[in-house]
Amino acid sequence: MDRYLLIASTVCFLAAVVHTIIELRTGVFRPMRFNFFAIGLGFIFQTAFLSIRGHELGRCPITNLFEVFVFIAWSVALIYLLVGPAYRLSLMGAFTAPLVLLLQGFALVAPIDIRHPVKVPANSWLEFHASISLVAYGAFALACIAGVMYLLQERQLKTHHLHSIFYHLPPLTNLFAAITRLLWWGFALYTVGIVSGFFTGHPLPRIQVVAAIALWLLYAAILQARHLKWLAPKRVAALCIIGFSAALALLWGITFTAEMLPPP
Amino acid sequence: MNLFCIGLSHHTVNVATREQFAGNATAEWIVSKAGCTEALLLTTCNRVEVYAVSDKRISTDEIAQCLMGKTNRNAHNYAPPFYRYEDNKCVQHLFRVASGLDSMVVGESEIFGQAKKAYESARTSGAVGPYLHRLFQRAFRVAKQVRTHTEIARGAVSVGSVAVELAQRIFGNLSECKVLVLGAGETSDRTARALVSRGVTDLRVSNRSLDRAHELAQTVGGRVVPFDDWATQCREIDILLTSTASEMPLLTPDMLAPMLCERVDRPLFIIDIAVPRDVDPRVNEMEGVYLYDIDSIRSVAEQSLTLRRQQVAAAEAIIADHVTEFVDSISRGLSRISQTTEHSSLSENPLRASDLQGS
Repeated sequence: MDRYLLIASTVCFLAAVVHTIIELRTGVFRPMRFNFFAIGLGFIFQTAFLSIRGHELGRCPITNLFEVFVFIAWSVALIYLLVGPAYRLSLMGAFTAPLVLLLQGFALVAPIDIRHPVKVPANSWLEFHASISLVAYGAFALACIAGVMYLLQERQLKTHHLHSIFYHLPPLTNLFAAITRLLWWGFALYTVGIVSGFFTGHPLPRIQVVAAIALWLLYAAILQARHLKWLAPKRVAALCIIGFSAALALLWGITFTAEMLPPP
Repeated sequence: MNLFCIGLSHHTVNVATREQFAGNATAEWIVSKAGCTEALLLTTCNRVEVYAVSDKRISTDEIAQCLMGKTNRNAHNYAPPFYRYEDNKCVQHLFRVASGLDSMVVGESEIFGQAKKAYESARTSGAVGPYLHRLFQRAFRVAKQVRTHTEIARGAVSVGSVAVELAQRIFGNLSECKVLVLGAGETSDRTARALVSRGVTDLRVSNRSLDRAHELAQTVGGRVVPFDDWATQCREIDILLTSTASEMPLLTPDMLAPMLCERVDRPLFIIDIAVPRDVDPRVNEMEGVYLYDIDSIRSVAEQSLTLRRQQVAAAEAIIADHVTEFVDSISRGLSRISQTTEHSSLSENPLRASDLQGS
């Protein structure tokens, strides 16, 4: 049953992607309500899936790579729904939907939904640590998407080749402001996530801690460089993409090592 | 009931011929002289058109003579190729005109306002009745739909509007932007006005001739910067609009590089409309600098026009749907009236607005 909800959600995101492709091909791109509602509906199905899975498990549903991917996809959709309309970044939906589709599509297709025996009993600090960190990933994902939009817009302006999508992308300065805000949001949530990890009452694998702190330092360095105006906006946008790629790699590593570790 | 449109446009005749027929007549005059039931005269710099409804057939020559107004000139002396569209073709033509598909610059929106003005004028004078009222209201609706559902009005097509469009794509709100106008030529003047109309308040003018600089600064509400100081302004400004008569580039990467270090997070948009160019093209390779010379601005305008032309088919499809729907609704309205009048034996009743309202 819960898997059907996830399939329904994926179909909603697929609809948003197909709609965007069709509009781009016909040259009539109107990033208006359709994408927002498709993503909204997809988010409702995601929430229902996570809720049912959480009740089954009796804990936050982030016990394997499959659930982690779905949780990140949910975080991305959540943050898009919160910040997209607020910052008038309607086109972000066109970029968000493919990312969520990719995450959920992979989760559904790959044989990663394996129920592992519970190694660590659920406790509120552990669940808070894991979930808040994944929501932070959602903010970093959105910053990465805004970074892609920035680089796309910047390239069109530099090369003087303006496509139909040019007229729908937000202005460079607005995109840069959105990147900065999303980075701050992600960084704040990630900091809370890391700090809460020390209150779980369980020893954390050193490699995970080091990798998590390295990622925290990377984002801290990006924000510091942005604050001190050391980096041009284009480089900040590129670093957002690199940062999120590193974050995904780290997440994979954490989940992988968690599954490999012997039960305490 | 005969609906028709007779006119001249930039597609068929030159401006010298068009002006012979423009400004002499009014819709009211056409109704009284040609014996139409309703008439509307649409006169713009690109077209002179009469939309009319009549019970009997009115020839093109009669309308052409009406367009001469009270002048004693004979329309035959000019013998221009008037076009004539009737019924469905007339409806389709009006919808195309109102949507900007028949305009010189495809997708321009000025025609919409001009058509509205012509309608208001004819309505006030009593020359428009229920038929033309319905037709024009539908035309305005179609034009709005075409603009909303296609990219026909997308992109800028003149130097000034391209500059403004690009500036908005870079900075968003222009009210916080600082602009330096270097060289006070005619195109600079127009472009500066376009920027001011979009919210620019901090505008500086620098020119070799101080008088001309003062003149431009006064007309656009800016302030004058001595010509020797213009380069240092690049530390603060967001937009540089340059059009001097200098034979050598005034701005080079070497000059700009130290100033860019002080403004890493702020883009600099340079519009160089001078020939020969005032800004070394290598400046565009610098980070955060967006340089557009006259050729690249023309190229952007051409891309916008291409984009608009690609949208014509989509716009035509919307118009075709509306033409069919409008003609059907009018036919249904007319047949209902005919049934009503047969029933009440009032076959001579004219078409009433209330009868068409429900159609």
